Amino acid sequence: MAREEKIKCLVFDLDGTVWHGVLSEGGGSELRPHVRELIKTLDSRGIIMSIASKNDGEAALAHLESFGLGEYFLCPNISWQPKSESIKAIAEELGIKLGSIAFIDDNEFERDEVSFALPDVRVYDAAEIGEISERPEFNPVFITEDAKHRREMYIADIGRKKAEQSYAGSADEFLLTLGMHLELAPVTEDDLKRVYELTVRTHQLNSTGYTYDYDELRALIGSENHIFLIASLRDRYGDSGKVGLLLIEKGEKYRIKLLIVSCRVMSRGIGTALLTCAIRLAAYDGKKLEAEFKETEHNRIMYITYKMAGFDEISEKDDELLLEYAENDMPNYANYLDVDEIKEK
Amino acid sequence: MIEYKGEMKMEITEKILEFFKKEKKVKELDIDTDLFAAGYVNSLFALQAVLFLEKAFKIKIPRKEINKENFSSVRKMADLVERIKG
Repeated sequence: MAREEKIKCLVFDLDGTVWHGVLSEGGGSELRPHVRELIKTLDSRGIIMSIASKNDGEAALAHLESFGLGEYFLCPNISWQPKSESIKAIAEELGIKLGSIAFIDDNEFERDEVSFALPDVRVYDAAEIGEISERPEFNPVFITEDAKHRREMYIADIGRKKAEQSYAGSADEFLLTLGMHLELAPVTEDDLKRVYELTVRTHQLNSTGYTYDYDELRALIGSENHIFLIASLRDRYGDSGKVGLLLIEKGEKYRIKLLIVSCRVMSRGIGTALLTCAIRLAAYDGKKLEAEFKETEHNRIMYITYKMAGFDEISEKDDELLLEYAENDMPNYANYLDVDEIKEK
Repeated sequence: MIEYKGEMKMEITEKILEFFKKEKKVKELDIDTDLFAAGYVNSLFALQAVLFLEKAFKIKIPRKEINKENFSSVRKMADLVERIKG
């Protein structure tokens, strides 16, 4: 497991970690040193924060609010269940995998319980709270525009998810109610940081896992032999920002080198929409379309997306597959998506 | 033994049919209807169907079996499940 992988969410214990003492025993009158600073720093870096605490939920949240810190914590899980269960629930609600989650607690028993039950979660002692923001795993390579708004985006996601759970119609009908608008545009110099971030942050919805360094990405923008598109999504719950990438190499055939969709927008048909775009672009140019696919532990959903969009496997070498679009029609975008398609670079 | 298998197959078919009727809000659905051609299923929904089958029948669908053909009707999905369950 690559431990240099960046943390997307830090889960805090409360008693003895965020504040001194135990709230239910009259403690908690003061924050521990560095806590406020750490919260603000991580927030500005686009790292999400949550809570796993054994406490009375209402009292604990009101107490956080009194320090002016309530708004920073998403999906707080305050209950008497094991903390590993709380962290699992938080991960699921936020749609962040356990390997990108960290947990901080002053209590050794709680840390060990989480480490034992969820070995992928990185665990820190509250005594380290002053140094945590210096650690590489808490330092994204770039701070992008999307990162600065990440907390708001997650809040919009949570609203959307709640609406979905209470929606009585079918999944497709629900997507129709979102009023999603997808814009596909050529990657520009201004997008490079976000492009880089997407390639390193995305694991589950990444067709090849190729990473490119900054200069390679810049070269791709100007390349005559490539189509390099970035997808932005918004709907009535808010702006989801730049959520997808499509890189096509133009040759005898068109070949998809990279297809990435942010896990935040999973199950909204964005991967399929990007494939539809690729199929259409190849067809406009009278070319066949192939796609490279590299199987990883996490990207099975992407494989299924390709196959269900009409791609067949044509060759396999080690874990690298070559897929080809096997149909001759010109597919349309799904009816729940309003798409701005860029035809020419 | 054969009878037992037949019964199991019916149960599988019934369960898949119920899932589609519920998700797609249709009262009647023939198990041989081509779901893609009829517009009931797009590629996003097909993905959900893969995940549904795996969860409902506690199976893992091998890579080679994931294709539009196997998911194009309720009957074909039931065949797939049966094949994997052995």
